[in-house]
Amino acid sequence: MSTLHASPHAVSPERGVLERLHAWAITVDHKKLGVMYIVAGLVFFVVAGLEATAMRLQLIKPLNDLLTPQGFNQMFTMHGTTMVFLVGMPILLGVGNYLVPLMIGARDMAFPRLNAFGFWLFIFGALLLYFSWIAGDGLYGAGGAPDVGWFAYSPLTSRTFSRGNSTDYWILGIMVSGFGSMTTAINFMATILCMRCPGMTLMRMPLLVWMMLVVAVLVLTAIPVLTAAQVMLLLDRTLGAHFFDPQQQGSTVLWQHLFWFFGHPEVYILILPPFGFISEIVPVFSRKVIFGYALMVAATVGIGFISLGVWAHHMFVVGLPPWLNALFAASTFLISVPTGIKIFNWLGTMWGGRIRFASPMLFASGFLGMFLIGGLTGIMLAVVPFTHQLSDSYFVVGHFHYVLFGGTVFAIFGAIAFWFPKVTGRMMSERLNAWSFWILLIGFNLVFLPMHFSGMLGMPRRIYTYQPGRGFELWNLISTIGVPVQIVGVGLFVCSMVRALVKGPVAGNDPWDAWTLEWATTSPPPEHNFDRIPVCTSARPLWDRKNPQDPDCNYE
Amino acid sequence: MEAVLHNPETWRPGRGKVGMASLIAMESFFFAGFIVAYLFYIGKSAVGPYPREVLELKPVLWNSAALISSSFTVIAAVRGLARGRMGAMRVWLLATILLGGWFLWGTWLEWRTLIWDRGLTIRTNLFGTTFYSLVGFHAFHVTVGLLALALFWVLALLGRLKPARDTLRFELVSWYWHFVDVVWIFVFTSVYIVGMRA
Repeated sequence: MSTLHASPHAVSPERGVLERLHAWAITVDHKKLGVMYIVAGLVFFVVAGLEATAMRLQLIKPLNDLLTPQGFNQMFTMHGTTMVFLVGMPILLGVGNYLVPLMIGARDMAFPRLNAFGFWLFIFGALLLYFSWIAGDGLYGAGGAPDVGWFAYSPLTSRTFSRGNSTDYWILGIMVSGFGSMTTAINFMATILCMRCPGMTLMRMPLLVWMMLVVAVLVLTAIPVLTAAQVMLLLDRTLGAHFFDPQQQGSTVLWQHLFWFFGHPEVYILILPPFGFISEIVPVFSRKVIFGYALMVAATVGIGFISLGVWAHHMFVVGLPPWLNALFAASTFLISVPTGIKIFNWLGTMWGGRIRFASPMLFASGFLGMFLIGGLTGIMLAVVPFTHQLSDSYFVVGHFHYVLFGGTVFAIFGAIAFWFPKVTGRMMSERLNAWSFWILLIGFNLVFLPMHFSGMLGMPRRIYTYQPGRGFELWNLISTIGVPVQIVGVGLFVCSMVRALVKGPVAGNDPWDAWTLEWATTSPPPEHNFDRIPVCTSARPLWDRKNPQDPDCNYE
Repeated sequence: MEAVLHNPETWRPGRGKVGMASLIAMESFFFAGFIVAYLFYIGKSAVGPYPREVLELKPVLWNSAALISSSFTVIAAVRGLARGRMGAMRVWLLATILLGGWFLWGTWLEWRTLIWDRGLTIRTNLFGTTFYSLVGFHAFHVTVGLLALALFWVLALLGRLKPARDTLRFELVSWYWHFVDVVWIFVFTSVYIVGMRA
């Protein structure tokens, strides 16, 4: 029994490596699970980056033969699948896992063991997907890694066109990690609704917590539909069912509807948590309360609802009836309104503030600019005739990388820079971070800005090479030149993390002078988070504690 | 501090209830995918047999009656546990399990006829594909629910259930059981009413 009651503070540093690994493997602590999610996500970020590098090298000049056509198909399939399911979702759910209980003043998630179960499902699904490199050949001697694109359109995924088992690995890997995401979403729902500390009303929750609540709802509505579609595909492939088999009147368009009913909310699953990061970072480094808190909450919930009704804008060239296209174009315009509200609220927060461009704020500002560009090209693509011209071109690739790299990844880097001191107790190097930010910003624009031009000139996405003399050469060359710049930027950030772990200055509880509850405990927090469950008096509980002469609760 | 702790604004819903409600919401969307596929493919099979030729409404009505009554018996079982009347709880729970078992047995009889006598399998046509996957996934969920109910029945027989501690847990399982029932109403409507015309 004595081991059960051992204090977490009594952990002796001279424990063996195996013992420490074992402690991580059996943990149900939301903080350790969050860190494991983030580290696993960053590892897959490097893997997906290498896959992207291989594609860019292949496209550096016309008629290059670095990759075979099939190898190129495998690269873009694995890059997309990995970035969405093994980088974006685990890192965002991981940061949420780490921060949500701390921010609402709870000791852990509502279901700690379910939380660990979800994490290990994610790892298992990820390994299953990557196992396809070895075992995807199946009995046919054809295949390898999946090569059907990350949205796996039928009938390309049927037994006839996708021999071997690579597509089955794609289905099972994503399905299993999807189960993990769904259990995590259930956990977020129960944690956020039931575990808030006294005084933490819904309208006092940090905006990140609000975003995670809406993300949980989206995970619970979107992912099961993907699972259903994948089960159908699996039945087609293994039992000879005909869901997506045109020869038996099965509809390939049904797959697209089911996939994008998942796929578009998924985009918001990947961007709402970054909105949360920005909403936490911008006020602290502008030294102002967030502008329009209630409006931000309303915009988030609005985005959640509307995102369930925009999916067919991915299908404008399928040949749906014109009235349906018009409807989905309208809903897509509509969703840009709450998104625009958010951008104006962040700008309103910065307006007149005492802005300090520490590295989290640099990344947040980069997010604002880059995400805005991605959002604007998104509105362009909501125009049906415009998409008729540019669907499946590099313009689309450029657009969604501005949203998901310039948006999500920049916000993730900002979040890491912001909360690293809380998680590890050490400060990252501001100098290294700033260098990393500027180099990454330049590299990012070098890679992705030219894609808009090559796309408008007519270069389709997902081609393994192109003919000379069509005006694509220069833009592709610039894109590829940007890759090493980005690698340097990411590398500097990794160096900064490692350096901070080894010899970073001690951070203290609250290095940024912030106002939410995670900064009220030690860095790193003890296993039980808070010695005494905090009491929340306003939307900025820590401000109230620091400024008892003028607390926020006077103005609520 | 006391004021904060006894303030109605610090009331929180139970995490078990929120968790189970979230699970049920998630499962609903899973079934929605299959129901949409079923409705979408009504009347689109390239070859027979077609629903109106092979499906029989009468036995399914009996099955449905059994499953829907089991929702009422499980309510009685929960009430029995809540009031500490363990005998009543065991009887009503057993009735629930038997009614659920009846439903599964009925499904098996229906499938046996369809597969061996009428030659409808999951690979025959779109009707077979969508029928077996939708009804099959529902039957799978009934099975999972039955296992959970059976676990409680065994615990009740062993005298291991404590009303104060376990009523909520049992109630949450009963929520799942109701959900399985409600899904069946949608499946029944899609397959045996809307889809019968094809």
